[in-house]
Amino acid sequence: MPRRRHRAGLLAVAACALVAGGCGRDQSVLHPESEPAREIATLFWWMLGISAVVIGGALVLLLLGWLRREQPGIPLLGGAERLTTGVVIVFGIVIPLTVNVGVFVVANFVVAQATDAPNPRTTPLTVAVVGHQWFWEVRYPGTSGAVTANELHIPAGTRVNVVATSDDVIHSFWVPQLNRKIDMIPGRTNRVLLESDHVGRYRGQCAEFCGLQHAHMRFSVTVEPPARFRAWLAEQARDRMPPRNAGARLGEGVFLDAGCASCHTIRGTTGRGEIGPDLTHVGSRDTLAALTIPNTPPELASWIRDPQHIKPGNRMPALALTGAQRAALVAYLEGLR
Amino acid sequence: MTALDEPTLARLRTERLERVWAERSGLLGWLTTTNHKRIGLMFFFTALAFFLAGGVEALLIRTQLIGPNEHVLSPQAYNEAFTLHGVTMIFLFVVPISIGAFGNYLLPLMIGARDLAFPRLNAFSYWVYLAAGLFVYTGLAIGQAPDTGWFSYVPLASKQYSPGAGVDFYALGLIFTGVSSTATAINLIVTTFKLRAPGMSLNRMPLFCYAFLAVSFALLFALPPLTVATMLLELDRRLGFEFYDVTGGGLPLLWQHLFWIFGHPEVYIIILPAFGIATSIIPTFTRRRMVAFPLVAVAEILVAFIGFGVWVHHMFAVGLPTITTIYFAAASLVIVIPSGIQLFAWITTILTGTPIFKTPLLWILGFIVLFIVGGLSGIMFAAIPFDQQATDSYFVVAHFHYVIFGAAVFPILGGIYYWFPKVTGRMYHERWGQASFWLTFAGTMVTFFPMHVAGLEGMPRRVYTYASGAGWSGLNLTETLGAYLLAAGLLTMTVNLVASAFRGALAPDDPWHGDTLEWATTSPPPAYNFAVIPTVTSAYPLWDDADRVADRRRLARGEMVLAGGHEQPASTTLDAELDEILEMPSESPWPLFAALALAGVFVMLLTGHVAIALGFGAVAVALLACWHVWEPEGAA
Repeated sequence: MPRRRHRAGLLAVAACALVAGGCGRDQSVLHPESEPAREIATLFWWMLGISAVVIGGALVLLLLGWLRREQPGIPLLGGAERLTTGVVIVFGIVIPLTVNVGVFVVANFVVAQATDAPNPRTTPLTVAVVGHQWFWEVRYPGTSGAVTANELHIPAGTRVNVVATSDDVIHSFWVPQLNRKIDMIPGRTNRVLLESDHVGRYRGQCAEFCGLQHAHMRFSVTVEPPARFRAWLAEQARDRMPPRNAGARLGEGVFLDAGCASCHTIRGTTGRGEIGPDLTHVGSRDTLAALTIPNTPPELASWIRDPQHIKPGNRMPALALTGAQRAALVAYLEGLR
Repeated sequence: MTALDEPTLARLRTERLERVWAERSGLLGWLTTTNHKRIGLMFFFTALAFFLAGGVEALLIRTQLIGPNEHVLSPQAYNEAFTLHGVTMIFLFVVPISIGAFGNYLLPLMIGARDLAFPRLNAFSYWVYLAAGLFVYTGLAIGQAPDTGWFSYVPLASKQYSPGAGVDFYALGLIFTGVSSTATAINLIVTTFKLRAPGMSLNRMPLFCYAFLAVSFALLFALPPLTVATMLLELDRRLGFEFYDVTGGGLPLLWQHLFWIFGHPEVYIIILPAFGIATSIIPTFTRRRMVAFPLVAVAEILVAFIGFGVWVHHMFAVGLPTITTIYFAAASLVIVIPSGIQLFAWITTILTGTPIFKTPLLWILGFIVLFIVGGLSGIMFAAIPFDQQATDSYFVVAHFHYVIFGAAVFPILGGIYYWFPKVTGRMYHERWGQASFWLTFAGTMVTFFPMHVAGLEGMPRRVYTYASGAGWSGLNLTETLGAYLLAAGLLTMTVNLVASAFRGALAPDDPWHGDTLEWATTSPPPAYNFAVIPTVTSAYPLWDDADRVADRRRLARGEMVLAGGHEQPASTTLDAELDEILEMPSESPWPLFAALALAGVFVMLLTGHVAIALGFGAVAVALLACWHVWEPEGAA
C-alpha cells in the first residue's frame, strides 16, 4: 500500500506543521511561494527600504537636536524664516509626494494587475469556497460534485479562480504565501487568484473576525503535481465507499441514526445534512475542525465525545453514544478515504 | 478716591471678581458647576478611569496571548476584552480626554476667555459622557458586554448571530456618547470663533486652537453617519428591519461604509488634538516660534478635511471595483502632505531653536518617532495589493497602535506634564518624569513593534489563541512583556504626579517661559481665569512683555476687568475686535438633570420600553426649558 505510506508521511508533516511542531513560515507573507505573493513581498521590501531611509533621516535630525540641546539654533537657519519654511516644503511636501506617486503607480497598477482576481474564462479551474462559522466548505464545480472541507487541493502551475462566498457572517480567505486576502461577504461573490509552481502545503486562516471561534478557523492549500491532483479530485468526487464489514456497517448505522446525518452529508447515504462539513471522504483529510486537531482515530474519538472542549461554541453537540457506538463511528469515518 | 494706590485698587477688583465667580463648594458645587476648568477636570479624571479600564483589558489580552493555547481568558471573555478595549480607548478615553479635558480646560485660557461659550451645555456634555460610559460598562457588569469588535461588522452584530444585549449596549452607547461629543464640539467652535481676546485675530490664534477647531468641525460632521449606522443596526435588531440583512434585500457593506465614513475622520479626531499639544510644547521648549506657522495651521485643517474622503481604504479587501479602490488609495496618499508639513515643521523648529529636553519635550520627541513609524506603515496601506495582505493582520494592529497610542496618547501624556504646574500649582518631579517617559517609550516599542512582524508572519488580528507551531510564540511573548513594561512606565508617571500634586514645589505662573495666554494667569487659574481680559498683538502673546505690563496697568485702571457679573467680551470672528459684553450663565443643576433624563431614554430603549423612552425624552426637553428659564437669584 504505497498510498497509505505516503499518507502517513503527509500526516506526520501535517501534524508537525499544524498542531505540534515549530515549522513556522508556512503562513508568512515574507516567504512567498507564488508569483503574486512574491510581487507583493517585493513591493513590501521596497516600501520598507524607503521607510528605513525616512526613519533613519528623521532620527539623525532628532539626534542632532539632542546633541545641540540647550544651545541656540543652527546659525545658518536660525533666523531665516523663509529658509526654514522652504525646508518644510521640500522635505514635507515635495519629496514625500514624489516618492509616493512612484510607489502608488507601481503598487496599484503594476503589482495590482499581477495579483488581481483572474478572469474566470481564462482559468482552467474554479474552486468555490464557502465560509461557515467556523469551517471552510470547498467545492469543485463541474466535477460531478466533489466537496470537501478545510483542505483545498490545487494543481501546481495552474491559475485557479477561487470564488469566495459566505453562508453566515463575514469571513476572509487568506493564504499569505500564495496571494492577498479576499473577504467573504453574504450576498457578494468575490474572487481571488491562487497559483503556485511550488508543490507544498500552505496554511490559510480566516482574517475577518467572525465570532467566538475565529481563532480556530484555519485551512490549508495543498499544491500538488497536476496528475496527483486529478487523482485526488476524482476520488473526492465519488460517493462514499460502501461499508465492507460489519463494523463499518454498524458505524454507518450510527452516523445515520444517532443524529450525525442531520448536520453532515455523506454522499451515497441518506445523510444529507448541510450544517457541518461534508464527511464523504473525511478519512482522507489530515486534520479536523478547521485544522484544530490532527485527524487520528483517538483525536476524532475525543472530538466526537466532547466537541465543545477543544473548540467551545462550535455548532456540534455531544451525542449520547455508547463507547462501542463511538468506536464503530470512528472506524467508519476514518475508513472514508 | 485718590487715597487708594494702584496695588490696592487691583486687589479690590480681583476680590470683586472672586465674589462674582465663586461657585458653591463641596460635592454640590461639582454637581452644579459650569466652570470649564472644573468640568475639564471631571472629564480628565473620568477619562483616566476609563483609560485604566481599557488598560486592564489590554493587559488581559496580552496575558492571554503570552504563549500558545493559553487559558487566561475564555474565548468569549477574550472577545469582550478586545471589543471593550477598543470602544473604551477610542470613545471613552482619547476623545473625551483630548476634547473634554484638554480642550475644555485650556482652550478658553489660551484665547483669553473666562469660560466656554455655553457653560451649561458644557456641564451637560460631561454628565452625558459619564452616563454613556457607565451605560456601556453596565453591559459588562451584567454579563452582556459587547463582543463583536469596536467596528461590529454585520451580520455578526445582527440579532441572528449576536442575540445577547451586548451589541445593543454598544450601539446605543455610541449614540449616547455622540451626544456629548457633538455638544462639546459646538461649544468649542463657538468659543473659538467668538470669545477670543481682543486683538487675537485668526492669524494670531495659537496652533493648539486651530487643531481643536479642526477637530470640532470634524466631530460635527463625522458623528451623524455613526449615529445613522447604529440607529439602523438597532432598527434591524429590535424591530426586524432589514437594512443590513441580505436575505431581506439589505447590504452588509452599508454598515461598513457608514461606519468608516465616521471611522476614518475619527482617526484624525483622535490625532489632531495631539498635534495641537505638540505645537504648544515645541515652541516653549525650543525658545523659538513655530517654523511655517501658516502652513501648519492650514495643514491641521486640511487633515480634518481630507480625512472625510478616504474611508474605503478600510475596505480594500471587500471586493470593490478597482476604480473605487484606486481612487481611495490616491486620496489616502494626499494625507501625506499635511502630515509631512507638520512633521518637518516640528523637526525644523527643534533643530533651529534652543531645545531643552525637559519631560514634556521628551514625550513630543517620542511622539515624533512613533508618528513617523506609524505614518510610514500607514502609507503602505495605500498600496492596495499590500493592504490586502496586511489588513486584518497584526500588522494593522501594530500600525494603529503606533498612531493612536504613539502619536495621539504620547502628546496627551506630555501635555499632562506640561500643564501640570498650571492646573495644580505645583511642579512634578523632573527626574521621575523623564524616567516615566523612557519606560513608556521602551514599553511601547517592545509591545507594538513585533506586531508588525507577527502580522507579516500571517497572524490575523482578534484571535484568542494560536497554535504553538505557528511561529508566533516568541513575538507574542515579547509583546506581552513590553505591555507590562509600558504599564510600569504609566504607573511611574501616575505615582510621580500624585505625589507631586500634594508635595511638589510650588509652581510659578509661568514655569516654562511659555508663549500662550494660559501662562499669564496664576497657577492654578482663578475661577474667572483673567483679572483683566488680555489684549493680544501677536501669535505668541506671553513673549510680548510690553502687552502683559499694559494688562497689569489696566487692572489698576479698571479697564477690561468686567467685574459687574459673569461678564465676558465677545469679539468679531475674523479680527477679534471687541464686539459686545456677554453675561455668562452661572452654575445650575439642570444640565445634570437633563443628562439623567437622557440616560433614562437610553436605558428604556435598551430594555425595549419605547413608550417610556419617549416619556423620558419629553422630560429631557422640559428640563432644557427649565435650564433656560430658571436663573438662580443674583444673576442678571
